Amino acid sequence: MRDNRSTRFAFQLGAVVLALGIATLALLAAGAQPIQAYRNIILGAVGSWDVAANVLVSWVPLLLATSGLLVTFTVGLWNIGIEGQITLGAIFTTWALRSLQSSAMDPALVIILAVLAGMAGGALWAMFAGALKTFGGVNEIFGGLGLNFVATALNLWLIFGPWKRPGVASMSGTLPFERALWMPIAAGSSRLTPMTLIIAVIAILAVYAMIEGTYFGLRLKAVGKNQKSAYILGIPTWQHMMSSFAICGVFAGLAGAVQVTSVYHRLIPSISSGYGYMGLMVAMLVGYKASIAAPVALFFAALNVGSIQLPIVMKLDSSLAGVLQGTLVLFVILGQGARGRLLKKAKVRT
Amino acid sequence: MHVELRKIAKCFGALRANDAITLTVPASTILGILGENGAGKSTLMKIFSGFYSPDSGEILLDGKAVRISSPADAIRQGIGMLHQDPLDFPPLRVLDDFILGRRGGLIPNRRGAAKEFKELALRFDFSIDPDVYVDTLTVGERQQLEILRLLWLGARVLILDEPTTGISLPQKEKLFATLKKLAAEGMTIIFVSHKLEDVEALCTQAAVLRQGVLVGEMLPPFQTKDLIEMMFGKEVPLAPKLKLEPGKSVLAAKHIALDGIRLQIKGVDLEVRAGEVIGLAGMEGSGQALFLGACAGLAQPTEGSFCLDEDEHDMTGRSHHDFRREGVAYLPAARLEQALVAGLSLTEHFILSEGMKGLFIDRRKSEELAASRIALYNIKGRPDSAVESLSGGNQQRALLALMRSPLKLILVEHPTRGLDIESTIYVWGKLKERCAQGTAIVFISADLDEVLQYSDRVMVFFAGRVSPPLDSGKLSVEELGRLIGGKGWEALQGATEHA
Repeated sequence: MRDNRSTRFAFQLGAVVLALGIATLALLAAGAQPIQAYRNIILGAVGSWDVAANVLVSWVPLLLATSGLLVTFTVGLWNIGIEGQITLGAIFTTWALRSLQSSAMDPALVIILAVLAGMAGGALWAMFAGALKTFGGVNEIFGGLGLNFVATALNLWLIFGPWKRPGVASMSGTLPFERALWMPIAAGSSRLTPMTLIIAVIAILAVYAMIEGTYFGLRLKAVGKNQKSAYILGIPTWQHMMSSFAICGVFAGLAGAVQVTSVYHRLIPSISSGYGYMGLMVAMLVGYKASIAAPVALFFAALNVGSIQLPIVMKLDSSLAGVLQGTLVLFVILGQGARGRLLKKAKVRT
Repeated sequence: MHVELRKIAKCFGALRANDAITLTVPASTILGILGENGAGKSTLMKIFSGFYSPDSGEILLDGKAVRISSPADAIRQGIGMLHQDPLDFPPLRVLDDFILGRRGGLIPNRRGAAKEFKELALRFDFSIDPDVYVDTLTVGERQQLEILRLLWLGARVLILDEPTTGISLPQKEKLFATLKKLAAEGMTIIFVSHKLEDVEALCTQAAVLRQGVLVGEMLPPFQTKDLIEMMFGKEVPLAPKLKLEPGKSVLAAKHIALDGIRLQIKGVDLEVRAGEVIGLAGMEGSGQALFLGACAGLAQPTEGSFCLDEDEHDMTGRSHHDFRREGVAYLPAARLEQALVAGLSLTEHFILSEGMKGLFIDRRKSEELAASRIALYNIKGRPDSAVESLSGGNQQRALLALMRSPLKLILVEHPTRGLDIESTIYVWGKLKERCAQGTAIVFISADLDEVLQYSDRVMVFFAGRVSPPLDSGKLSVEELGRLIGGKGWEALQGATEHA
C-alpha cells in the first residue's frame, strides 16, 4: 500500500460507510425503516429555510468551540474542560446582562460588554485547568473534567438560587432578558442572528491564520509535537501551553455568550448543550486541521438538527445523530490507525 | 544449566548489533561480559531473555535447541533477567510485587508465597520486609527482591545487566556473595558490566564484545591490559595537536554537586577557557551527561556554583533559557527526542531557533535563511524536508546549523555517534571552526580515540567519581581505558571521592 491521497480518501470513505452501517443496524434493531429515517434527517436539516436557519444557529457555537480546541490540540493538550468553559462564558455573560440591564447604557453596548465578559469567564475557567496542569501536575483531562462538574453545579446553583425566576425556580432557566438585549435576529427568521455567523467565520479564519501563518502558531506546533526539543530550541513551553488554554477559553466563553445573547436569551441548566464535547469530535475528525473544520462542523450541526425530526415524525429517539457522529469519529480514527500499520508493514517489506 | 549461544546475529537497519556470536557457558559459571557502549552486550542479553528475536542463530539450554518468544517464555524456560533499572512496581507492596508474574490460579496464595519469600530471603541473608512498599527500598534491596522473585519463578540462569551501578559497597559485597553461592549450587550467571574490577572480583570466565563481535574470551587470572585492549582496540598513534593559547575564562564550575537518579557526584571543579575543548569520558551513566546538562542549566546543582565569563557572572540556579541567552548552546545526543521536532521542516526549525520576531511568518526571509544554512552546512535535504526524513549525519549537521552566533560555549553529547567517517570529520571541522572564533567546547564521547584526538583536557567519570581535568597530551588510550573501567584512581591527585 502506498501513502497517497487516494488511499487516504479510500479509508475516509470506508469510515463513512461503516458508520452508516452501524447506524443502520441501530435503526433496524429499533424496528424503523432506515431509508425513511435518513430521509427525515435530511429533510429536517435542509427541508425548509427555517430548519436550515436552525442548523446555522447550532453551527455557530459548535464552530467556536472547535476553533478553540484546535489551538489546544496544536499544543498537544486535551482540553476536555471546554464544556465548563462554555458554561462559565454563559454565566459571566448573564451576570453582565443582569448587572447592566437596568442601567441607562445603550443596549448594544451592554451586549458587547456582556459578550466580552463571557470571553473573560471562559478564559478564566480555562486558565484554572492550565494552572492545575502547569503548577499542580494535574493532567488537563482530569482537571478539566472536574472543573466541568464544578461549572455545572455553579450554573444550577445560580439558576435555582440567586438568579431564580420570581416566584418559583424552574428547570427552564432564569427569566428571559428583554428583547432589547437580544442580538438582532435576521428578518423572517425566528432565531438566526447574522452577527454570530460573522463572529464564527472570523473565529475559524483567525485560528487558521494563527496556526498556519504566525510565529506563535509555529511555536505552539513545536511544543505540541515535542516539548523537550521545543524547550532546547529556546521556546518557553509552559507559557505557550497557558496561552493556548486562555485562547481556547476565550472561544469557549464566546460560544457561551452566543448561547445566552442570541439563542436562549437567558441562562438554562444545559446552556453548553454538549457543543464542547461535539467540538472535540469535530476536531478529531478533521485531524486537528483548521482548513476543513467549518464544513465538518456544519455537517454535525445538520445531523443534530435533522435528527430532531425523528421523534416527531417516526417516534424514534433523536440520539441517532449521536450514534452516527460517534461511530464516524471512531471509524475515521480506527482507519488512521489501520492505515498507519499497513503503511509500516509495506515499508518493512520493501 | 548449560547454556550455548550459537552464531547469534541481529541487525538494526544497517547496524550489525550482534554478528555471529557464539558463547558456551557451562553450569556453575559466572561469565562476565565486557564491552564499551554499543558493543552489543545488551542486544545479546535481550535476545537471550526473549525481548528480541535473533535474525539467525540458535540458543541451546542443556544441549537442547529452544525458541524463546518473550520474556515470560524465557522465565518459563528458566532464564531470568535482572535489568539495570529494576523492573518492579514501586507503588506495590513487596509481597505483591513478588507474586506478580507467577502463573496459574485466580486468587494468589499470599500466605504460601509469604512463607516461601521469607525462606528464600533467609537463605541469602536478605532482610526485606514483605509488607512495605517497593518504593521505600533502596536500589540494592530492589535488586535483591528481583533476584528472589526470579529464583522463586524457577530461574536457573541469571542475567544481570550492570547490577553494581547505584548500590552501596556492602550491598555489592552481599550481591557477589549471593551470586557465588548460587553458582556453587549449579546456577549459571551472566554478569554484564563495564567495570573491570567487578569482573575480576567475581567472574570465573570473561568474554569481550566490540562492535557486535566477540573479540576474545579469558579465564582467570585476568590480564587487565589485555582486557582493555580487547574492549577498546589497539592504541593508534595520534597526530600531534596544535596547542592553542588558553583564552579568557568562559565557564567556571566550582565545587558542583549533583543528584542523579542513580548516582551523585560532588565537588567537581572545572574552568573552561575560550577556544578550549574539554572531553568528558566515562561509561554511559557515570555522571558525565548529568554534569554537561547542569552546565547548560538543565539540571540544578545541590551545591556549588556556575559562573560565566571573566567577570564571574553567577548563573547558578538559572534556567536553560538564561544560559542560552548568554551564548551557551546544548546539543543532546538524542537528536530526534530532545533537539529536533519530528514533523516540522528544516525551515521551521531555523525560524524557531533564530527566535524571529513579529506576528506573521516572513516566508521569504525564512526560506532564504534555510537555504543559506543548508548550503553552508552541506545538509542533504530541502528547506521543506521534515527533519525525521534526514539521515543521522544530516540531522547532526542540522543541529550544528541551528546554533546561533556568536557563542561562548558549546556543550555537546556524542557529537559523532552513529555517523560515518565523512560526517565525523565534517562535524569536528565545524566545531573546530567555532573554537578558532573563541568558542569553548565541552563534549561527551564514548570513543576514546575521539576524546584524546580532539580535547585539550579530559575529565573521567566513573560511578560518581570525577577526575580533575587531565592533560590529554599525557594520556594514552590504555590509561584512559583503565580509568574508565575504574582502575588507577588511587594515583590521581585531586579526584573526587565517592559521593
